[in-house]
Amino acid sequence: MTANNHQWRKAKNVFMQTLTFVCAVLVILPLLLVFFHLVYEGASSINWAFFTQLPKPVGEIGGGMANSIAGTFILIALASMIGVPVGVLGGVFLSEYTHRKLNWWIRFAADIINGVPSITWGMVVYALIVIPMKGFSALAGGVVLGLMMIPLIMRTTEEVLQLVPNGYREAALALGIAQWRMISQIVIRTALKGIVTGVLLALARVAGETAPLLFTAFGNAYWTHKLTEPIAALPLQIFNYAISPYDDWHRQAWAGALVLILLVSAINIGVRTLTRDRFSKRGA
Amino acid sequence: MPNATLEQKSGGSTALAVRGLSIFFGEREVLKKVDIDIAARAVTAIIGPSGCGKSTFLRAINRMHELNPDARMEGEIRLFGDDIYSRGVEPVVVRRRVGMVFQKSNPFPTMSIAENVTVGLRLNGIRDKKTLTQRTEEALTMAALWDEVKDRLHAPAISLSGGQQQRLCIARALAVQPEVLLMDEPASALDPLATQKIEDLIIELKKDYTIVIVTHNMQQAARSSDATAFFYLGELVEYGPTAKIFTNPSQKRTEDYVTGRFG
Repeated sequence: MTANNHQWRKAKNVFMQTLTFVCAVLVILPLLLVFFHLVYEGASSINWAFFTQLPKPVGEIGGGMANSIAGTFILIALASMIGVPVGVLGGVFLSEYTHRKLNWWIRFAADIINGVPSITWGMVVYALIVIPMKGFSALAGGVVLGLMMIPLIMRTTEEVLQLVPNGYREAALALGIAQWRMISQIVIRTALKGIVTGVLLALARVAGETAPLLFTAFGNAYWTHKLTEPIAALPLQIFNYAISPYDDWHRQAWAGALVLILLVSAINIGVRTLTRDRFSKRGA
Repeated sequence: MPNATLEQKSGGSTALAVRGLSIFFGEREVLKKVDIDIAARAVTAIIGPSGCGKSTFLRAINRMHELNPDARMEGEIRLFGDDIYSRGVEPVVVRRRVGMVFQKSNPFPTMSIAENVTVGLRLNGIRDKKTLTQRTEEALTMAALWDEVKDRLHAPAISLSGGQQQRLCIARALAVQPEVLLMDEPASALDPLATQKIEDLIIELKKDYTIVIVTHNMQQAARSSDATAFFYLGELVEYGPTAKIFTNPSQKRTEDYVTGRFG
C-alpha cells in the first residue's frame, strides 16, 4: 500500500465527515432561524397587555391575546380529556392483552391515522359535530385535537409498556395478583414516566394545530363563556392577524408565534427532564 | 416409565400429587406423563439439562405456564388434595397458595423495600396497617433480611445488592403465606457468598414450607435438598432421596448426568 493511497483515504474520510456535519447542522438551522426571527419580530410586542387584554377592534392600536392564550389551554385540556384516557388505555390493550390479529389491525389503523392530514380531521369533526350542533364550538375544537392525540399516545404508551421487563409481570401474577391490578399498579407505574412523556409530546404536537381548528373552534375576539360557543386559540389568532392588512396586527402575530413556540419548547424541555430522570434511582 | 413415587419419610405428608402430567406448547410435548409425589415440609430439587422441561414442570404447579397462549395440559395436580386444574379454579387462587421465586431477582423498582414485601397483600385487598407492618417484619425475618434492612424499610428496593434483592423477592413471596414455594434457579445469578445465604435460607424455610427448587448446580441440589428428581427430554427419569440419586442412582442416564458425563 502506497503512502499516496493512504493520503487519498484520509481526504475522503475528512470530506465525508464534513458532509455529514453540514447536514446535521442544516437540521438545527431552521429551528435557530425561526426562533431568532420570532424573537426579533415578536419580542418587542410582548408586554403586559398582550397577556391580559382582549384584541382591540379593527383600526385601534394595542390590545392583546389573553383570550387566545386561555383558549389554547382550554382546548388542550378538553383534548386531553379525550386523548389521554383513550390513548393510554388503548396502548395498554395493545401491549398487555394478546390478540395477535386484532392488535395488528389496530396498530395498522393507528399508524395510518397518524399520517392523516390535520385539515381532514377538521372536516370530519365539522361534519360530525359542528353541523349537527349548528355552530362552531370549543367542544368541537377539543374533540378534533383529542382525536388527533389518541393514535400518538396509544403508540408511545404501547412502546414504553413493552420496555417493562416481563419479570415484573410474572412476579406479580405469581403473587396471586389479578391481571388488571398487576397492569395498573405495577406495569403502568413502572412505565409512568414514559407514558407521561408520550402524553406531553402529543400535547405539544396538537397545541400548534391550526387547520383543524378553522372548521371547529373557529376563533373568537372575546372571552368564551360556554363550551358550545366558538373559542379563540393562539394558532388561529396568529393566522387571522398574519393575513390582515394592519401593521399592529402583524406585530402581534409575531408575538403570538413567539409565545406559542416558547410554550411548545417548554413542554419539550419538560419531557427531556423527565426522561433524563428515568434511569436514575428514585428517592424513597 | 420408572415408578417415581417417593417413599415417604416417617411423619411426612404429600404436598403435591402429580399424575399423568403432560404439557404441550402448540404441537410440542415438553412434559411427558409425569407422575410424582412431592413431600410437604421438605426440599425437592429438580435437575436436568437445559430444555428438559424442569422449568415447565415448576410453572405448571402454579399454572404460570398458562401465560403462554399455546399451552395445553393433560393429567392432574393435587395440592394437599385439591385439584388445582379442576373447572372453576382460578389461577389467581392457585398462585396465592403456591408462591414463586425467579432466576433473576425482580423487586418492583417503583416501590420501597417494605412496599415490595407487602405488595401481594395490598393488591389482594389487605389494608390494615398493623397486619401489614407485622407481616413485613415476619417475612423479612424468615428471608434472613430483617437485620440488614430494618433501618431503611422505606428506601427503594433497587438500592439493595443482588443477593439482598433475591432475598427480598423470597420475603415478598412468603408474605402472602403460601403453602408451597417454587424456586426457579434462585441463586444462579448470585456470587458464591450470596448463594450460600440463599441455601442456608432454603434449609431454614423447609421447617414451615414445602419447597420445590429447579437448579443447574449439582452441589446445590446435593447440599440443600431432601429428594431429587431428574428430568430428561420431558420425562421424569428418576426420583428418590437426594443421597441415593447422587451416590447410587438406579438409572444409567441419571448417573451420567450427576457425574457430569453429559448435560
